[in-house]
Amino acid sequence: MLRIARKEDMTGLRAVGVRIAAVLLALLASGLLILAMGYDPREVVRVMWSGMRTLKALASMIRIAIPLAMAALAVSIAFTMKFWNIGAEGQILMGAFAATAISSVLPEGTPGALRILLMALAGLAGGALWALPPALFRAAFRTNETLLTLMFNYIAIRWVEYLRCQLWKDPAAMGFPQIAPIPESAHLPQLLGVHIGWILVLVLAFLQWVFLRRTKKGFEVRVVGESEKTARYAGMTVGRVLLFGVLLSGALAGLTGMVKLNGTAFVLAERLAGGDGFTAIIIAWLSNLSAPVILVVAFLFAAMKQGAGWMEGLAGIPSALADTVQGLILFFALGSEFFIRYRIILESRHRTERKEAHP
Amino acid sequence: MEPIVEMIGIRKEFPGIVANDDVNLQLLKGEIHAVLGENGAGKSTLMSILFGLYQPEAGRILVRGREVRIQNPNVANDLKIGMVHQHFKLVHNFTVTENIILGLEPMVGLGALDTKKAAARIREMSTRYGLNVDPDARIEEITVGMQQRVEILKMLYRNAEILIFDEPTSVLTPQEIHELMGILKGLVREGRSILLITHKLKEIKEVADRCTVLRRGRVVGTVTVADTTEARMAEMMVGRKVSFAVDKAPAKPGAVTLEIRNLSVMGNRKVLGLRDFSLEVRKGEIVGVAGVDGNGQAELVEALTGMRRAESGQVLLNGTDITADSVRQRIRKGIAHIPEDRHKHGLVLDYSLEDNMILELYDQPPFARRGLLDREAIRPYAEKILSDFDVRSGKGVDSNARDLSGGNQQKAIVGREIELDPEVLIAVQPTRGLDVGAIEYIHRRLVEQRDGGKAVLLVSLELDEIQNLSDRIAVLFRGERMGLLEASATDENEIGLLMAGVQGKGGAA
Repeated sequence: MLRIARKEDMTGLRAVGVRIAAVLLALLASGLLILAMGYDPREVVRVMWSGMRTLKALASMIRIAIPLAMAALAVSIAFTMKFWNIGAEGQILMGAFAATAISSVLPEGTPGALRILLMALAGLAGGALWALPPALFRAAFRTNETLLTLMFNYIAIRWVEYLRCQLWKDPAAMGFPQIAPIPESAHLPQLLGVHIGWILVLVLAFLQWVFLRRTKKGFEVRVVGESEKTARYAGMTVGRVLLFGVLLSGALAGLTGMVKLNGTAFVLAERLAGGDGFTAIIIAWLSNLSAPVILVVAFLFAAMKQGAGWMEGLAGIPSALADTVQGLILFFALGSEFFIRYRIILESRHRTERKEAHP
Repeated sequence: MEPIVEMIGIRKEFPGIVANDDVNLQLLKGEIHAVLGENGAGKSTLMSILFGLYQPEAGRILVRGREVRIQNPNVANDLKIGMVHQHFKLVHNFTVTENIILGLEPMVGLGALDTKKAAARIREMSTRYGLNVDPDARIEEITVGMQQRVEILKMLYRNAEILIFDEPTSVLTPQEIHELMGILKGLVREGRSILLITHKLKEIKEVADRCTVLRRGRVVGTVTVADTTEARMAEMMVGRKVSFAVDKAPAKPGAVTLEIRNLSVMGNRKVLGLRDFSLEVRKGEIVGVAGVDGNGQAELVEALTGMRRAESGQVLLNGTDITADSVRQRIRKGIAHIPEDRHKHGLVLDYSLEDNMILELYDQPPFARRGLLDREAIRPYAEKILSDFDVRSGKGVDSNARDLSGGNQQKAIVGREIELDPEVLIAVQPTRGLDVGAIEYIHRRLVEQRDGGKAVLLVSLELDEIQNLSDRIAVLFRGERMGLLEASATDENEIGLLMAGVQGKGGAA
């Protein structure tokens, strides 16, 4: 008979070992998959590596990692409260939308720094407001936030599509359905070859860590996440804490949208979020919701994404394979969490008999 | 009398602990055999092995002289072993009959249920053993005491001869307990044999023939109940001399601190769980609230602490109305609360003790300044509580609450609440599931609070605890105050009648 029991204590080092083993197993499984598809895994590794080792490639990977890490930081705040915010994708888009909207009403001569600052504030607000309804519904009617935040993604995507094709269609684009790009003065300045979003990410990761561990509000957010009942017992207003945390989560996602817009995309379109809001969920989980780990894992995911592009270009291997590899890693990693926290006990009659023979 | 069950050299391990170690138990045909031990002594594990829920790592089981291997409860059933669990296994929207025949439904023709025949048989058995159960009633409509008798009928219906009762009295009023004891005696008179798991000595004295005492998974001894005093059995159970009476001087009550005026509170089922309840708690006294579980205790406590809204009535603290205040405001004004469920409410199990000790104070100076937590201030505060209240943990304040024993978890909570220096201390089931040592300790601290001039409201399902600690006792039945008694001028019988809803002389007090 199989039984599942909670494991008492696994030391940090062993837990890390299990996680590394999980990633290695995932890579092995990916290799087998590639082999089964008729490609040489060694060739794939060689091509992927060639796409990563130059400085330029490094810069490009960091550019990919920035929004991934920011969005992962965003969702991890909500996840800490066990509020399953699956809506980062939509919040990213609405942040970018709000930033574009502000930019479009500012006079042409607005200084770049001011324009960027206002757009960032708009991004924060846009993301927060988009996260607000699911939070309110949950607080008022105990609706399922997973479903609601997920659905809000699609509303956001369609809304931006509508803007692109109808309302904000750029007359200068000669009939092409496109929203006017943001002015060049709003582009994020570069530092060491990458836009300054990378500094922002480092600062945010640090702030998030301080927030959860060292502030009153963060303490509330964590207690609510661990046990709503205890939070109520201790006199915390659970609904208010929840709302605050979700708004913060949405705001960060919205800021991610603004950074993508002003850092790399420069034009609002529904593909701007590009799945980052979903990948962020995976990253946040794999990182155990820890800010420093999120930075590392986001970079690894960026490397994989970059390598996948190379794979398609140079070796003709469909980049969808990279998604599959990502999925495999997630599968193994989440599986390993199970084994870190629980153990499976195989209870057989034979064992009982053996022990009886030698008491 | 010949033995009907023999368990020899039983050993059962769980990760980290040996629950049963070389345990021998012999049940004679036609006897009531008590299995006595503190929480965690291994009583339930041993019975679960006999009922086929666990497999032992070593040892033999003989039933009617034949060695058997009880791999699952079906095997136990075939051996005519039945068990009444502490938490009943009944389907609430089924009738008594449907519950009893569940699993062995009698069929007529092609699968039509023949409940009539079963109901008739159940009615006949119910009369024979004086169980007084209506076969057609739905489980959700009958009292807990009757539900237990349904569980007994379930065993009898299956012709069980060896009956295991796991802490059967924890949900009953004193009168129901008395009835149950009568039923047990009737069953053994019919030739059945009973194993009674309990930690209550009084019950053992009342019905059991012999008693096997377990401590930390091992058998301390088996005694003949008639020749053994309660004190002796307690000593065997705990491993040292125990004093049951709580040492306390007469109360010197002062001014009224907590005043509850005509309080009515909605229960979970959208009906009033507490009706028109009034009570005063004065400085320097312990007022106990007695009652069977589910008679309005939860509603009362939640309305007092602010976790549930009052429909009508008022709660006053030192004369000021706090009925509309939030939980936090009440804590600030001096209401401390030792919650009934230390896991669900009292602690964040996966947090350090350090964090758990400031759950109510984290936003106050000196623990928080300008929104930031000050660990330098928090740590010594938590450390002081742990040392003052003798909380033993592996890694001091860094230990996770989950890793502590129940007694130490509870001591930590008691310490945290007392350290708030409250006006009123509301203690709900403060010693539930604790061993005797921890119980003594917590009782002493509560009396200490009283003697220090605090008002203490004690809500407990353990009548002994209420009687030992309280200066006055209010009794709850179906959400109403059935009586208010002076603890020194009442007895178990009077309280018990009130708990069962029989109006007594104390009603007007």
